[in-house]
Amino acid sequence: MEINEFLVKVKEVFEDTDVQLITPKSIFRDLDEWDSLTALSLIAMTDQEYSVKLTGDDINISNTLQDIFEIIKAKS
Amino acid sequence: MTKNTFSLKGRTILVTGASSGIGREVAITLHHFGATLILNARNVGRLKEVQTQIGEDKCTTVVGDLTNNDTIAKIIEACVLLDGIVHAAGVMKLLPFKFITPEALSEMMNVNFASPIHLTLELVKKRKIAKESSIVVITSISGSVVGSKANAMYAASKGALSGMIKSMAIDLAKSKIRINEIAPGMIRTEGAIIEFENTVSNEEILKDIKKYPLGTYGSPEDVANGCVYLLADASRWVTGTKLVIDGGFTVQ
Repeated sequence: MEINEFLVKVKEVFEDTDVQLITPKSIFRDLDEWDSLTALSLIAMTDQEYSVKLTGDDINISNTLQDIFEIIKAKS
Repeated sequence: MTKNTFSLKGRTILVTGASSGIGREVAITLHHFGATLILNARNVGRLKEVQTQIGEDKCTTVVGDLTNNDTIAKIIEACVLLDGIVHAAGVMKLLPFKFITPEALSEMMNVNFASPIHLTLELVKKRKIAKESSIVVITSISGSVVGSKANAMYAASKGALSGMIKSMAIDLAKSKIRINEIAPGMIRTEGAIIEFENTVSNEEILKDIKKYPLGTYGSPEDVANGCVYLLADASRWVTGTKLVIDGGFTVQ
């Protein structure tokens, strides 16, 4: 499982965000587009693409997109 | 001596989704108002607990999933003649619109919309519902009154019920069978809390609670008390309507 593939999918979730701002080190919570709907979209995308159930807690304890990716890898 | 028009004494009422949340509280409350219960749910352990609390002499159970025709057949068999039904069985699943799949939509519509309608249909056709009885469907402000975030499928299922109830009320009025909906706002139940705590942060939940003029989420008792009114003689001239129980949310 490769992080760049994951980031392509994340760019689709953050459809109004400049693609340059979507990197492994991005603090997703600080992005303008981050809100509860984006969070739910991230959860839905992860379920659909990786069959992994990301929870609100998983998102709460993460800071960067790399953190989220690691959790998805661990749950796969 | 004035008759107690809120009494449910001598009435037999079917409650679905009775093992937890709203359904469970409805069952217990209706019993307090004198009703005999027939309860349906999928979880045999939790259903038995509710039955024990009410007392086996006043309460029979039919375990099974309402999307399954066998369960519907078992319920038909367990009912002699009903004076009321409360459809409280249902599921919630948050999913942003873009991520809806035909399968997910189909499942939500099947569990929340088609099953209660199918069950009611069978009970009516097999003449298991008495004249002057009353049917209550638990819908939601989401779908029946307003929209809500990442909740289009659930809203669709509740909106569909709301539409159906209006016409059913007219068709069933000939037999003096009344049907009404209760559209609750957010109610603190295990089902709702688990779905929300898994997907939405505590911060979001606290922000949401502040949107309710009365300052809290509702409790299952709030909905159960509404059921008592709609099932009792007190509402004998009420049909096809929607009782909104939402702490003032939709009036803003």
